[in-house]
Amino acid sequence: MNHAGIPEGRFSRRDWLLTSLAAATASRFTGCQQVVAGLTGDLLKPGMTLGHQLRDHSLEAGEAIDATNANLDSDGSVRNVEVAIVGAGIAGLSAAWQLKRSGLSSFRIFELEQVAGGTSRSGTCDVTEFPWGAHYVPLPDVSNTDLVTLFREMLAVQVTEGDRTLIAVEGVSCREPHERLFVNGEWLDDLYPRSIATESDLKEWSRFREIVSRWIDWRDAHGNRAFVIPVAHCSQDPDVLKLDQITAAAWLSEQGFSSQPLLWLVDYCCRDDYGLTIEQTSAWAMMFYFASRLKNSGDSEPALLTWSAGNGAIVQHLSSQFSEKIETSRPVIRIIPGDGRSDQQSVIHVWNPDSDSKETWTARHVIFAAPQFLTPHVLADQPTERIESVRRFQYGAWVVANLHLSKRPASAGAPLSWDNVIYRSDYLGYIVATHQVGSDFGPTVLTWYYPLCDPLPSEDRKRLLAATWEQWAEVILQDLRPVHPDLGECLSKLDVLFWGHAMIQPRPGFIWGSDRPLAAEPVGNVHFAGTDLSGLALMEEAFYHGVRAANEVMAARENSASAGAAK
Amino acid sequence: MDRAPLFLLYLNVLIVATCGLIYELLAGTLASYLLGDSVTQFSLVIGLYLSAMGVGAWLSKYITRQLAACFIEVELAVAMVGGFSAPLLFVAFGAIDWFRPLLFGMVFVIGTLVGLELPLLMRILKEHVDFDDLVSRVLTFDYIGALLASLMFPILLVPSLGLVRTSLVFGILNAAVGIWGSFLLRPLMTARRAGGLRGRGVLIIGLLTAGIVKADTLTRYSEEQQLSASIVYAETSPYQRILITKNRTGFQLFLNGHLQFNSTDEYRYHEALTHPPMSAVNTPKRILVLGGGDGLAVREVLKHPSVEQVSLVDLDPSMTTLADRFPPLADLSQQALSDPRVKVINSDAFVWAGQQTGEPFDVILIDFPDPSSFSVGKLYTSYFYRRIHRLLADDGRIGIQCTSPLVAPQSYWCILNTMEDAGFHVQPYHASVPTFGIWGFALASKFPLESEPILAEDLRQPLRFLNSRTMSTLFSMPNDLTRHDSEVNRLNNQALVQYYEQEWRLLE
Repeated sequence: MNHAGIPEGRFSRRDWLLTSLAAATASRFTGCQQVVAGLTGDLLKPGMTLGHQLRDHSLEAGEAIDATNANLDSDGSVRNVEVAIVGAGIAGLSAAWQLKRSGLSSFRIFELEQVAGGTSRSGTCDVTEFPWGAHYVPLPDVSNTDLVTLFREMLAVQVTEGDRTLIAVEGVSCREPHERLFVNGEWLDDLYPRSIATESDLKEWSRFREIVSRWIDWRDAHGNRAFVIPVAHCSQDPDVLKLDQITAAAWLSEQGFSSQPLLWLVDYCCRDDYGLTIEQTSAWAMMFYFASRLKNSGDSEPALLTWSAGNGAIVQHLSSQFSEKIETSRPVIRIIPGDGRSDQQSVIHVWNPDSDSKETWTARHVIFAAPQFLTPHVLADQPTERIESVRRFQYGAWVVANLHLSKRPASAGAPLSWDNVIYRSDYLGYIVATHQVGSDFGPTVLTWYYPLCDPLPSEDRKRLLAATWEQWAEVILQDLRPVHPDLGECLSKLDVLFWGHAMIQPRPGFIWGSDRPLAAEPVGNVHFAGTDLSGLALMEEAFYHGVRAANEVMAARENSASAGAAK
Repeated sequence: MDRAPLFLLYLNVLIVATCGLIYELLAGTLASYLLGDSVTQFSLVIGLYLSAMGVGAWLSKYITRQLAACFIEVELAVAMVGGFSAPLLFVAFGAIDWFRPLLFGMVFVIGTLVGLELPLLMRILKEHVDFDDLVSRVLTFDYIGALLASLMFPILLVPSLGLVRTSLVFGILNAAVGIWGSFLLRPLMTARRAGGLRGRGVLIIGLLTAGIVKADTLTRYSEEQQLSASIVYAETSPYQRILITKNRTGFQLFLNGHLQFNSTDEYRYHEALTHPPMSAVNTPKRILVLGGGDGLAVREVLKHPSVEQVSLVDLDPSMTTLADRFPPLADLSQQALSDPRVKVINSDAFVWAGQQTGEPFDVILIDFPDPSSFSVGKLYTSYFYRRIHRLLADDGRIGIQCTSPLVAPQSYWCILNTMEDAGFHVQPYHASVPTFGIWGFALASKFPLESEPILAEDLRQPLRFLNSRTMSTLFSMPNDLTRHDSEVNRLNNQALVQYYEQEWRLLE
């Protein structure tokens, strides 16, 4: 398993996590408080209770789904809409955005959670807005026209007058300093730990970047790029796809890479973007991370679009255009698809927790924009083959914490940046919510990220799931105290959010295997959107699938209209 | 022991007492200088030092054998700890987070050691001298030493040697006295013991001497150079380190170690910053000053009779209330910030400017520190200037300080190019300020300007630097100050901070 001299210590630190959880538990029982005195906060587990009820069918209370009485609402009425969208994450909201742009306004979005946004949601406090998940998007290529349209609407990008190139608007483009790394007792700018790199480390680092450059400039016989956003536009040349057969660690080892700083950085990037270590990530996905953002290797790094609310700003922009059509706290518990050829409508059962009753909706089309792992529990009449494929979709859990600070912690070396990373920490570090507002003093919110990527025995996984707020608070403070000894003085509130199924995992063989295309095929008049259909959890991919599904619906409507006219 | 060594031993007491008080004064000065709030720091240091001496005196009873050798040991220990106290604390201040425990720990250790000295010495001498006589003489020399130290420290030592060298020199003196004592008290110890003590004494003197040789390197890391110009005010606010020094010509304000003004020639700078834009507007009424918490630019603004309202936005309340705590600044600024027309807003100008929607300003003066960090660099970006553009009346003017066009031409022109990128029309100008050298400014407006402004005639007070003839000469740029190409300074590249660092580094 240890292909390429994996950074040592992670596995021992996984134990460290469990040990600190245990220690925090012990201290709670002995009444000895290790967490900062007076510190408060919440542990949030979005979707977990309702979602698990959905999985266990307890919402249906044993009620048999019967197509004949399925049309009956609890109060006997049936509501109708042209398009029902399941899930108000980026995919569902993008689908609605595209429908609206195409002139269709009879749609509803049903969302399990109390708020829209999915893993791009955000929060707000007196000081600032802050993200609860995804928090940036690299400046898209100008050829990604729909996404460029969205960002132009948001006044996040503009086209220059002279040479018509796409640039990020200054207040949205991440401001300097972007990132810093804590290594050997001080903060340094840039994520590559140059201060500890030997000459041979630097040689490997530049050789790695040369390989990345070659992949950026690579074109197949049709002129397609190897790695491009969206994944659907990537070349399917066997030379590229064979990277999906091995792990990133195996590829690094094959290429003769053994430099610790390099392996650490690549591992960090995989954990950051995919929630997987290099031993788990497909080498294709790893190279996608490094090579998909640039068209030519000579281009400068693209700007990063970011907001205080993270990608919550995109959620807010999209939601505001059709907020009256978003039904939050309305889990869809059953979808019975129409056949898609005749005018038979889909039937959708929606749970209303306020009245503790079931609503029944009919829709000519459904866009299922929630994660695929829900479909076996929700979607009736699927081919068994599809269910089997979907069961092979694997999702990773994340812990995100928001630390509310009354002032900035002191730090030696490079100044507080947007992204602050600790070399060889098991966690990903934190970003600063007020960075983009331009405030450099006073209160702020730090958002701390941790993907649970290590394979855990189910016993340990249960312990993690059962961990209390005090335990998580202790884990987070143990990570940050060594770099900010005065953190306790600054910290006023610490909220922890546990995402059970945050991200689709691009393990070897998944992205270019057969499960993904199969899951994307419509079932009757139910169309699918969601970033998991790309195999990568990225805003651009969620957006791509939302727009694609909306376009499929519009095309189906045109077909049936022309078929009707032909009759 | 005969009379001569006895007298020499009293001299020894005098020197030991002087050294002891010097270490105490050093610790007090260092603490109030580095931590601010001198009353508290001095009070704590003196209290702790005296009580530690008490602890030393109490401990002395446990030393029962080889009193003379122990006395020399204590002297050498004081020499080592006291001698290195100031350099160690200076270096530690920037490097560690537990500075206070270190400082007070050292004060306690030195106090305890010094507290051991006199009881030991008195017990050594009591066999040879009448006790009444002994007490009176030892204490007399002790107090004379204290007087000597308290006179020498502010008058001679700090101005000529500085804190670090004073500390090291007195450490050497202390060690020398220790060695000398080993000769005076020779009859009371074995030859071997005396030899060992002398060897160690010489070693300590060697170390301290090496410290003096390296002191220059050390002062570069600390602010000692400024300190030697006599610090009259020091404070560490949550935002910056504020320091005022004084010399024969006047006083100087430093923020984070960067000189902001010298009271002798600041009028040249502030008149040049203020009057060109103020004169270019017919009747400037609403004025905005960004930065400039010292109130000196506001003082110039208030010389224009049409002014009705001045808003001053400065991040640091410690800066805008400095005139209250440091009266010479109040005199210099003519209490400008207390004028009823002036409203002081303590806020980050970058954030504040983004929140304003009210009536535009006729003149905006931008007087930020030089762009030496990202948090100041953002106040020179095209993004910030676009925010400012919205705050300016259509026929309004902006005056801005833009570092030295001679020392840092790329930085200077980067600021002007960035303002142009944000939609301003910009005229460069400069003035000579002896403390700074050739200093750069710019006059900016929303519409192209044909000529340079003519100095307003109806000022309430005469100016010391500008007159109607000199003002136009500010706008003629000599050959060595011509335009440079540069990138536009944006939030996402902070090009200016890099230019600035490269250009000013050459001077160091």
